[in-house]
Amino acid sequence: MATSIARYWRETPRRYNLGGNRCQNCRTVYFPPRSVCPSCSVHRQSLGKFEPFQLSGEGEVHSFTVVHDPAEGFDMQVPYVLALVRTPEGPTLTGQVVDVAPEEVRIGLPVRATFRKLREEGPAGVIHYGYKFTPTGAPASVRPAGVRPDPPPAPGATGTARA
Amino acid sequence: MRDVAVLGIGMTRFGELWDRSFREIGIEAGFQALVDARLSSKDLQAFYLGNMASGSLLEQEHIAPLVIDYAGLGGHHVAAVRVEAGGASGAVALHQGYLAVASGLYDFVVVGGAEKLTDVPDAVANRITGSTADQEWESVFGATLPGLWAMVARRHMHDFGTLREEFARVSVHAHAQGAKNPNAHYRNRLTLEQVLGAGPVAEPLGVFDCAPLSDGAAAVVLGPLETARKYTDTPIRVAASQVACDTMALQHRREITTLQSTVIAGRSAFDRARIAPAAIQVAEIDDAYSIGALVALEDLGFVEKGRSGPAFATGQFTGSGPTFVNPSGGLKAQGRPFGAVGVAQVVEIVRQLRGEAGERQIAGARWGLAHNVGGTGATSVVHLFERTA
Repeated sequence: MATSIARYWRETPRRYNLGGNRCQNCRTVYFPPRSVCPSCSVHRQSLGKFEPFQLSGEGEVHSFTVVHDPAEGFDMQVPYVLALVRTPEGPTLTGQVVDVAPEEVRIGLPVRATFRKLREEGPAGVIHYGYKFTPTGAPASVRPAGVRPDPPPAPGATGTARA
Repeated sequence: MRDVAVLGIGMTRFGELWDRSFREIGIEAGFQALVDARLSSKDLQAFYLGNMASGSLLEQEHIAPLVIDYAGLGGHHVAAVRVEAGGASGAVALHQGYLAVASGLYDFVVVGGAEKLTDVPDAVANRITGSTADQEWESVFGATLPGLWAMVARRHMHDFGTLREEFARVSVHAHAQGAKNPNAHYRNRLTLEQVLGAGPVAEPLGVFDCAPLSDGAAAVVLGPLETARKYTDTPIRVAASQVACDTMALQHRREITTLQSTVIAGRSAFDRARIAPAAIQVAEIDDAYSIGALVALEDLGFVEKGRSGPAFATGQFTGSGPTFVNPSGGLKAQGRPFGAVGVAQVVEIVRQLRGEAGERQIAGARWGLAHNVGGTGATSVVHLFERTA
């Protein structure tokens, strides 16, 4: 591993404080911050048009896994829950879900970002800090595993409004 | 642009090749392909080598001229280029070789792929292969490559009702085919119960849902189709070569149950060849992670989105439908030497289209497809091939 200290240090505003940015042309929020807006039809019009934007840290589990074969530096944490968390501001973040039993994590689980130690590079190396997520409530609704949703209506079919 | 044909193929056995060096396996595959093409090495004008990580695995960069040198061609001053695109390095190297011949710049090129993943401990190999995802915004937070694909699997199960058993069957099928492939890393059969009962890597994916770390090399010779019959009795036309990319990190995709890079590469390949997916008799699909093969079958248009699980489980891609998937054993059983994978897929497709696949032969195969993915789909490559005789 042995990350260069500069490479780690320069990302701290994002990893510690969820500092993203927003395109002033189209109002799309980005995390991590970008310097060119993928959503603007003329990309170059977004150059220099970004303003800082602070994520609230709220979100919802979009998908998750329980990792048993860990990433380097995470050996002491297995098994750990890793999730994609969709924020109400738009961006999706990758991070651990902690302070909950792995079997209680569900898609749709509301979570909030919290500042934690991520990993350390051996006894004398850099200690990485950043966001993890903790649950803030129960998931909205869960479809039992193995139940197939209704197939989408055939093209041209009418009369079946989707809930 | 002119038509391009595969004139020769070669590959080493895949597996833990501890007694052989990178340069040895690269040379073996390359010379097999040259001999197969009845081509003198003096005719060779360029060499494209798919290789993911020689720098971090072997502490050797600048590896394409090294292989050419030890192949005895250092004095011929052949253009030698290394191509890197994570797990899709081999297929992107093929794309470069195709462009070079199609453009008319070169007549004869060798496209190779080679990787030595078992010269380092598994933990090191996993860190290096994991760096084909986004180090800054995925790996730092504990993401692994199987962990990211596991989240694709979980969401696919949630959205479409796909069952754990359905993607486990991708690996069962892979091993059934690997058992018939003398070059395969794994030649043992696996039962569904063994796949389901294997230790977890990243739930719901277990050990047998993930392709192994392998050593190996593969190579093909490309040349113009119009003169191909001088070099081979059964020229295989490259009917399409398409590369498409997407966001580096999975988290930046609107949907994670579709790889847009595969959708775009597949659609443009089929448009170029003017055929539909059902015209394909043999397809090598990237099954580095079992769920990935199911997602790819949907994204390539072989089956409706969300329906790949039941289709695979009922045999639609393993004998009872028009398209047979992963006759080689796929990445799961044939093996996964990252940079060699995309080229080895083409070696199998060419064998099938020539009718030289022995026990694995799919009768009457005329059209073939190869699909190779880097990372979680930041790169996808689709090649189509046609037997012209």
